[in-house]
Amino acid sequence: MTRVMAQLAMVMNLDKCIGCHTCSVTCKQAWTNRAGVEYVWFNNVETRPGQGYPRTYQDQEKWRGGWELNRRGRLRLRAGGRLRKLLSIFANPLMPSIQDYYEPWTYDYDRLFSAPAQEDTPVARPRSLITGEDTKITWSANWDDDLAGGPELAPADPVLRKISEEVKLDFERAFMFYLPRICEHCLNPSCVASCPSGAMYKRSEDGIVLVDQDRCRGWRMCVTGCPYKKVYFNHRTGKAEKCTFCYPRVEVGIPTVCSETCVGRLRYIGLLLYDADRVAEAAAVPDEKDLYEAQRSVLLDPHDPEVIAAAGAQGIPEDWLEAARRSPVHKLIFKYGVALPLHPEYRTMPMVWYIPPLSPVVDALAGTGHDGEDAGNLFGAIDALRIPIGYLAGLFTAGDPEPVRAVLRRLAAMRSHMRRDNLGQEPDPSIAESVGMTGERIEEMYRLLAIAAYDERYVIPRAHAEQGARLEETATGCSLDVEGGPGMGGPFGEASGRPAPVSVETFHALKERQTTEGLAEADRLRGRVNLLNWDGKGVPEGLFPRHDAGPGHDDGSHHDGPRHDDGPRHDHERKS
Amino acid sequence: MNALDTALWVVAPYVALTVFALGHVWRYRYDRFGWTTRSSQMYESRLLRAGSPLFHFGLLLVILGHVGGLVVPKGWTEAAGVSETAYHVTAVVLGTLAGVATVGGLAILVYRRRTVGPVFTATTRNDKLMYAVLALTLALGLAATVVANVLGGGYDYRTTISPWFRSIFFFRPEGELMAGAPPLFRLHALSALVLFAIWPFTRLVHALTAPVGYLTRPYIVYRSRDDRRGLAEPRRGWEPTR
Repeated sequence: MTRVMAQLAMVMNLDKCIGCHTCSVTCKQAWTNRAGVEYVWFNNVETRPGQGYPRTYQDQEKWRGGWELNRRGRLRLRAGGRLRKLLSIFANPLMPSIQDYYEPWTYDYDRLFSAPAQEDTPVARPRSLITGEDTKITWSANWDDDLAGGPELAPADPVLRKISEEVKLDFERAFMFYLPRICEHCLNPSCVASCPSGAMYKRSEDGIVLVDQDRCRGWRMCVTGCPYKKVYFNHRTGKAEKCTFCYPRVEVGIPTVCSETCVGRLRYIGLLLYDADRVAEAAAVPDEKDLYEAQRSVLLDPHDPEVIAAAGAQGIPEDWLEAARRSPVHKLIFKYGVALPLHPEYRTMPMVWYIPPLSPVVDALAGTGHDGEDAGNLFGAIDALRIPIGYLAGLFTAGDPEPVRAVLRRLAAMRSHMRRDNLGQEPDPSIAESVGMTGERIEEMYRLLAIAAYDERYVIPRAHAEQGARLEETATGCSLDVEGGPGMGGPFGEASGRPAPVSVETFHALKERQTTEGLAEADRLRGRVNLLNWDGKGVPEGLFPRHDAGPGHDDGSHHDGPRHDDGPRHDHERKS
Repeated sequence: MNALDTALWVVAPYVALTVFALGHVWRYRYDRFGWTTRSSQMYESRLLRAGSPLFHFGLLLVILGHVGGLVVPKGWTEAAGVSETAYHVTAVVLGTLAGVATVGGLAILVYRRRTVGPVFTATTRNDKLMYAVLALTLALGLAATVVANVLGGGYDYRTTISPWFRSIFFFRPEGELMAGAPPLFRLHALSALVLFAIWPFTRLVHALTAPVGYLTRPYIVYRSRDDRRGLAEPRRGWEPTR
């Protein structure tokens, strides 16, 4: 019997990405807005062609991430097997340095206020968050945004370098698109395989790949192992961190932060069922170009009665199977056949899929004065424009242009079909037929891609209620990791010691509020700002910037607003 | 044997070993999150790639040498046909080489820690104390070997120090054996005791979780959400149904 497992997967429709970085920013605010991970973007948006983040991460000749086949045709970690890993554990030779990402910085804003009177306007100088010294900003996670590589940066794009020489000459007629990236939550994760401590794992219920922070010992092999460089090293705590697929959110049935906040609504989340026993075999097909098909072949049809029976026998709940049948991800991969995996040639079976962008083709066509939405023109252009196709194939199908061409033809057919519909022209069934679809199916696909509502884009089954008690506290574990909070700066350095459970914190705060006569003194909450317990009055320590009560400020008048100085707190409130 | 010798060679070892053992248990229960190498490789790689393997591999050899010299009784090696001279020459040559590699590696690492800005910033007071005790122990150990066995006429620690070491673990401590050892050896042993006593409270704990299990475990690890324990035990009536 097949070993059926469930996997939460995502599809991103690149045609709709406007490169606004809202996903990156909200993700950062939610997960990596802390010391030690300043340089970390679990979600980042790259301009392609471009070098990516960290720079040239796709060059596996250099970084050696993912899997490769050995001489006997079996999978092995590209950076070396178990013994080799242990022998290089004292200094990992393939670890990116902070400069390969970028050196995070802040600005010396204080200077704007504290500078003495002078001729010139004071400026806030950039200051490195790594050294604490003044720094010169030379690169960041998104430095080449909208440059599409450009003549200086493009030659270093590893995907571009792989396709032929002519590309460079033709590059003047540039094309550009955005590639949002998160962790791929692979079926065959090489980061998990690289972890010497066994701290990384794939969750058997939903396939989310996580790092057990209590088991991670900071050996850093996962950073090397991941070909997408989506496992990061927290340089303050000495632990690996990565995209969590927002598990506290998806467990209660709501989408990840990046999806929720996506302005273009280009992300889809759904369940896939796969045959866990066939993963290794599929990842080891000899020809890289067969990997896309192999990856599709391990995914199971949730409508197949045999699959349903096997899944039920293995304890996958009925509502999860129903979610798998309704999964927009499964539809986009199989029913409409427009979603492709990112870099299947790394042999990790990535589970964030992409609908390649048609817009470079349309733009190129429109640039030549042709009608960019006419089916004949579009089909012709897809066949003729080798460079965008070659580049997309380098990203999504290990260099095989055919699947990319087929997807783009479907998208082109949808565009032409819907335009005829829009303009009230007679539908032309030959357009749909030429891409192996019917007019009806094209309209269904259009609905899902263009106007699908929230609950159609995100079909996320909840974690089960009988496991509810176990979920307590776990979602909030990292709220203490603020600098100066109790979670940080324990006796053994950064973040040592057990954090106080949030329920304990809340209990004490509530008790204090119920028994005290005055206003709740939020600053007594053990040095951290708990907005849930702050009643909006008083000035919690650390919520507002402190400034020294200089002679200029001390005019004896009462402030109406919150007081920021170091004087006795809440006096004016108590008196009133 | 006077009171001082009893305190140093009978009481102190037990105190150090108890702190070492219980300290690790306590640290593991209290501070699993802080149990890490706290690698600084992200900041600087070049010096680390020279110093760190030199230090660590040297140290592994040194540990192996200590096991051979302290744990294996002299009678056993002689019964196996290894003459005192053969043992002595091997131990001195290998020991000195390993010692020089370790101390050299440590010197590179300490230099790196002091001169590379981000690495120095990431160094805690705890680290500095640990480095001092570690460096002192290594330097004294290397000095003892070099002074006694390379420059000097040779000192057979296997008749004094090794039996004392083993006697501790048999709970019949023979402190008087140590009282007569050369000063450098005694100082080395004392600083080692201090090192063991502070070990569980420093970043050295990473040595105890050396990932040897990696050699035998399957590559892909699956874990159930059920395994993940919240901080609270499930309340009555909330136990899992299957």
